Amino acid sequence: MNVSSMFSAYLDFIRIRFLTMLAYRVNYYSGIAIYTLNIGVYYFTWQAIYGGQGQLGGFTVAQMTTYVAVSWMARAFYFNNLDREIAADVRDGSIAIQFIRPYNYVVVKMMQGLGEGLFRFMLFMIPGMVIALLLFPIKLPTSGTSWAVFLVMLFLSFLINSQLNIITGLMAFFVENIDGMIRMKRAVVDLFSGLIIPISFLPLWLQSTMKVLPFQAITYLPSSVFTGRIQGTTTWNVLGIQLLWLVILLIPIVLLYRKARTRLFVQGG
Amino acid sequence: MYYIELVWEYMKNYMKSRLTYRADFWVEVISDLMFQFTNLIFIFVVFRHTNSLGGWSESEIVFVYGYFMIPYGLFSCFVNLWGFSERYITKGEMDRIMTRPAHSLFQILLENLDPPALMGSLIGTIIMIVSGVQLGIHIEWWHIPALLIMVVSSVLIYTGIYTALTSISFYSDAPTGILPLMYNLQAYGRYPVTIYNRFIQILLTWIMPFAFVGVYPASLFLQREDMTRMALVTPLMGIAIFAVGLTCWNMGVRKYRGAGS
Repeated sequence: MNVSSMFSAYLDFIRIRFLTMLAYRVNYYSGIAIYTLNIGVYYFTWQAIYGGQGQLGGFTVAQMTTYVAVSWMARAFYFNNLDREIAADVRDGSIAIQFIRPYNYVVVKMMQGLGEGLFRFMLFMIPGMVIALLLFPIKLPTSGTSWAVFLVMLFLSFLINSQLNIITGLMAFFVENIDGMIRMKRAVVDLFSGLIIPISFLPLWLQSTMKVLPFQAITYLPSSVFTGRIQGTTTWNVLGIQLLWLVILLIPIVLLYRKARTRLFVQGG
Repeated sequence: MYYIELVWEYMKNYMKSRLTYRADFWVEVISDLMFQFTNLIFIFVVFRHTNSLGGWSESEIVFVYGYFMIPYGLFSCFVNLWGFSERYITKGEMDRIMTRPAHSLFQILLENLDPPALMGSLIGTIIMIVSGVQLGIHIEWWHIPALLIMVVSSVLIYTGIYTALTSISFYSDAPTGILPLMYNLQAYGRYPVTIYNRFIQILLTWIMPFAFVGVYPASLFLQREDMTRMALVTPLMGIAIFAVGLTCWNMGVRKYRGAGS
């Protein structure tokens, strides 16, 4: 297969997944309601935590409100189930067929993730954001640059989160029952990405641990830029951290994928 | 009697299949605990910045969390409906279930037992005891039967909610389903619901009554009089919600027509 037809084949995976998601869009209407509710719950929880204190962890109450809303809506976009999908392919053995097809399985998964992300962005994140804006006192930046940088960073969050999902999914080759690991990964990402609690709230030793882990690149960094807590040239450093993780995380993916191909044995086969 | 025999047989089968993957058992136990641990971190971190959350102290919130872990562990062990839609509806395994005499929900629950989750209940009990001691709660004779009743009721509420939601799969064959979206919602009943606004309070109390799997029943032991009335309603809610779940399920099963192919 030549390069251009390969490329268009991959593009088709994006398109197909997008259309599949579209067919099941009813699910996402309830999703919007639940994400709005999540924002509401954390909004009130943080109100109770602040309880009149002006500033905590470098955030004012107002900044925290925006941070919570933006972070949840970012999650509405970057979240996907690639880990579960890969694990399911391994478990039921259909991975064997996928491996003999003339494409790279991991790239295909990434493309499907992109298709899903595109859907989530347009029909989940944007309408959700509009509703959240109506319900909560959220202050969005007015400058075009902030928006542009945020969108770029959001896309990188999506890529990094998908990479972590792919790594977790590929672990299914080495551990027979991976459900627990997937659940744990989800909890770790939600907590340490800064979604549940901004990293600046953590004790110092944990903050410095988080600095050398990829999770902050998923929520904390983009949301900090968007709420205006990170400004000016620091923005470029933050963007650099995201890019760095994007590259670093390719290494375990390549290694795991290689190892997996030689190791494949199908349960019950 | 027939049902008890079935439980025993399925348990035996579970052990046999699990012994093949012994290392897995521990992977699952550890990842389950890590998962719970991340929730506790939130509480600890928050209380580094404040002394009270809507009038509740750190030990009280941790106590509620410990309580929550007990019914949650039992629920996760016996009611594991994740992936129901994929496995039983999309792949048509429901047909196999329907040809057998035992109640369909009962069979499905037995096929998906997850005993490692019970470890969470154990840890939850320990957390409850430790924070109870910190709070200086005196154990009285009625605490033990009350705890048992509350835990069973909470498990029934969880089971009812998730059974009702899973029943939606009989009507719509969406691959993802609504369950993953509930995943965060269930956590919110672990905090004093009075910190939320009216709408969320009503939602967590009467519509998705997750507050009955956390703060309400636990408040009975904390002697928080503001919530004692709600605590006493827990068993009634347990029966009611379970009945709703089972009814939804039975209606769904009647509607079920098998996979298309």
